[in-house]
Amino acid sequence: MLTWISLLIVVLMLAAALAALLLENFVAAVAAVSVVGLATSVAFVLLDAPDVAMTEAAVGAGLSGVVLALALRRLGLWHLDAGSSPTRAMTRGGE
Amino acid sequence: MRDFASVLFTAGLAFLLLVIGSQLAFGAPPMRVGGELLTVAGPQVGAANIVTAILLGYRGIDTLGELSILFAAATAAGLVLGRRRAGGPQDRPGGLVLRAGADLLFPLLVVVGLYVIVHGHLTPGGGFQGGVILAAAFFAAVLADPARALSHGPIVWLEGLAGTAFILIGIWALVEDGSFLAPMLPKGTMGEILSAGTLPLLSVAVGLKVGAELAGLMASLAETETPE
Repeated sequence: MLTWISLLIVVLMLAAALAALLLENFVAAVAAVSVVGLATSVAFVLLDAPDVAMTEAAVGAGLSGVVLALALRRLGLWHLDAGSSPTRAMTRGGE
Repeated sequence: MRDFASVLFTAGLAFLLLVIGSQLAFGAPPMRVGGELLTVAGPQVGAANIVTAILLGYRGIDTLGELSILFAAATAAGLVLGRRRAGGPQDRPGGLVLRAGADLLFPLLVVVGLYVIVHGHLTPGGGFQGGVILAAAFFAAVLADPARALSHGPIVWLEGLAGTAFILIGIWALVEDGSFLAPMLPKGTMGEILSAGTLPLLSVAVGLKVGAELAGLMASLAETETPE
């Protein structure tokens, strides 16, 4: 049972990490990074490390996401729609 | 040229790491500190949560180092970000749902944060975790309504006082016991809230410092003007 939960968490973590790399919308990528942190904190609970899990949930899933999102806003990259935003144009331009 | 330089740098770094890795004997010498601490930490420090006993009792100076790093990072970020001009454009308030939600969450988050900080020596958690929760409580209100900005004056004072208290407790231990940040005061009964000597005090200092620092950092991040 625990093995299956761990496997699910690992798959979720990898999928969210891939999504953070591949998503063209920066806001969605920041959300995906937070999902990686949240899955990591569940993994720490499964490893019997509740202290580290709390730190990871507070810092990795919460704080770092907020800081990244605020940085996006500061840089003027905060666009919720991926369609015609400058985000997409910039990503394309960088490729 | 730049590509060539970066490839060269990466190859050099990989070579160095490989050399270091090949020189290190894997798994030797065996680390026995962890097992030893598990048996010794309980009776010696009197904290039910051994992680806190190690963080604040045995490795207090490492925690002080972490606090210094966080302080340096927050100071640098505050320096770079700057403040909003007086007549600058204000962000719109977040609307009724967000404001009511933030108001409802605030007391809950403050209570949970203080609980985690004060029970750091008994249950999982401690200064850092509780401090982040406290910072989130104060920052959620700013997110919901940017007009209700945090005033930086009291935050800076609280942070400074908490950091000073941590170091003063350490110096007190240095004078009395001969080693910096050694646990002082009677240990009490393990599992009670007033136990483990100075560990709860240190935990409160760490929690207030981290909370004030992060709340100030996020507030100054949120206060900066956005280019548009």
